[in-house]
Amino acid sequence: MNTIYILWLRQIKKYFRSRSRMIGSLGQPLLFLVAFGFGFGSIYQKAGGGNYIQFLAPGIILMSVVFTAIFSGIDLIWDRQFGFLKETLVAPVSRLSIMLGKTLGGATVAVIQGLIVFILTLLVGFRPVNLLLLPLALLFIILTAVFFTSLGIAIASSMEDMHGFQLIMNFLVMPIVFLSGAFFPLQGLPKAMVVITKIDPLSYGIDGLRGALIGISQFGIAADFLILAVLAIILLLLGSFLFEKIQA
Amino acid sequence: MPEKKNIILVENLTKKFKEFAAVDDVSFTVKAGEIFAFLGPNGAGKSTTIKILTTLLQPTKGKIELNGESPSQNRNAVRKSFGIVFQDPSLDEDMTALENMQFHAFLYQVPKEMREKRIKELLNFVELWEKRNNLVKTFSGGMKRRLEVARGLLHHPKILFLDEPTLGLDPQTRQHVWQYIQNINKSEGMTVFFTTHYMEEAERVADRVAIIDHGKIVAQGRVDQLKRKTKTNSLEDAFLALVGHKIRDEEVNGIDRMRFIRRMHRR
Repeated sequence: MNTIYILWLRQIKKYFRSRSRMIGSLGQPLLFLVAFGFGFGSIYQKAGGGNYIQFLAPGIILMSVVFTAIFSGIDLIWDRQFGFLKETLVAPVSRLSIMLGKTLGGATVAVIQGLIVFILTLLVGFRPVNLLLLPLALLFIILTAVFFTSLGIAIASSMEDMHGFQLIMNFLVMPIVFLSGAFFPLQGLPKAMVVITKIDPLSYGIDGLRGALIGISQFGIAADFLILAVLAIILLLLGSFLFEKIQA
Repeated sequence: MPEKKNIILVENLTKKFKEFAAVDDVSFTVKAGEIFAFLGPNGAGKSTTIKILTTLLQPTKGKIELNGESPSQNRNAVRKSFGIVFQDPSLDEDMTALENMQFHAFLYQVPKEMREKRIKELLNFVELWEKRNNLVKTFSGGMKRRLEVARGLLHHPKILFLDEPTLGLDPQTRQHVWQYIQNINKSEGMTVFFTTHYMEEAERVADRVAIIDHGKIVAQGRVDQLKRKTKTNSLEDAFLALVGHKIRDEEVNGIDRMRFIRRMHRR
């Protein structure tokens, strides 16, 4: 437990010390919120979709969670390149506890980031419909954070340097975000898109969060929770497996 | 006086990456309390041997024991028995000196009641207590090395591995670092296993020396024995007599080749 705690604490301390990273990572969700929210708002309303900010906010919250969580992988590559990882790998502790500490640390930072973006959405007019369901919303944010932090660590465990990570961002993370229904409703999509959105893990996070925050869910909150929880556990195991294989 | 026990035992150690033998049938022992220098040109197999001894790499074959324990059978007991200062910096530069020490203390399960006392003692020992709350990124190379030495000693290890501990440091700092290490070797009887390219340092501080080249041990013994064997006047001349004068351009390729093979091997 000591190992998990100290690695978790390290991630949190580094996050709060890096103000530029904290503020910089808010820029993109804020831009999306304002540009998409107000840009497409009137069209969405005219098409009978209602208030677009209400629809968009859960997607933007989880988008920021995904980006922050996946960047935990970069932290790992950084630790590897700058030698700090070796210090932890020769310690008399299990690699599983190291991986869990890093994952929980990265996931906590992602959740904090998500909560900050949630506050920003309130400032631009987003209103949750049922405050009693906020703990459920938090649960979806946590599950999404754990899933994507584990994914970031799993990918980073198989990489030696930063060069490939940008490729992962462009060809894996961006499609996951853009095809998840974060920006558009999942009803009435072409069949191929329906299949893609159903295999996109983020679709269940966003659908569940939307269900908890605005009461609209395509797959059903229980199904969203179950699928996301199972996927988070699988990724956690995969991340642990790949982390175990790291050679310093 | 009873003979001291072997605290490091290496028998027929081999590490292959595909067909390339980075370490090839190496055997040596280090006695408890000894300062042992492991020397060799670039790419000779020094760092690979240290990585195997410190459980970062699995050997292809051979027997290893550290403090009576085998890394393959009791990895955590082996890990508790040594401290290490890596060739490359391994501190978290965004944390303070104190936080780096606390992090290490947690990882090595140093009891809470001893933790702060031991950290203070060691930071005082390497003359960094006054700077304990400064971020490591503000430290000079010498201060970082001293902090790494202090960190390596935090959990009272029986063996301290030093992989080129004075690389890139000015002569004053090098002298200081060796002073700390020799003091701790004398006061706590701690075994020191180190690699270096500074032959005069090895000659000055090492009780015994082993020289590795192309993955094989080419000579081992006390410095005076090696000098006698090679009919030379210094360890540096003995070293050159044993491994040759040729600049190891091919060895640079050897390192690249080893890294490439390792990378491919992992896939």
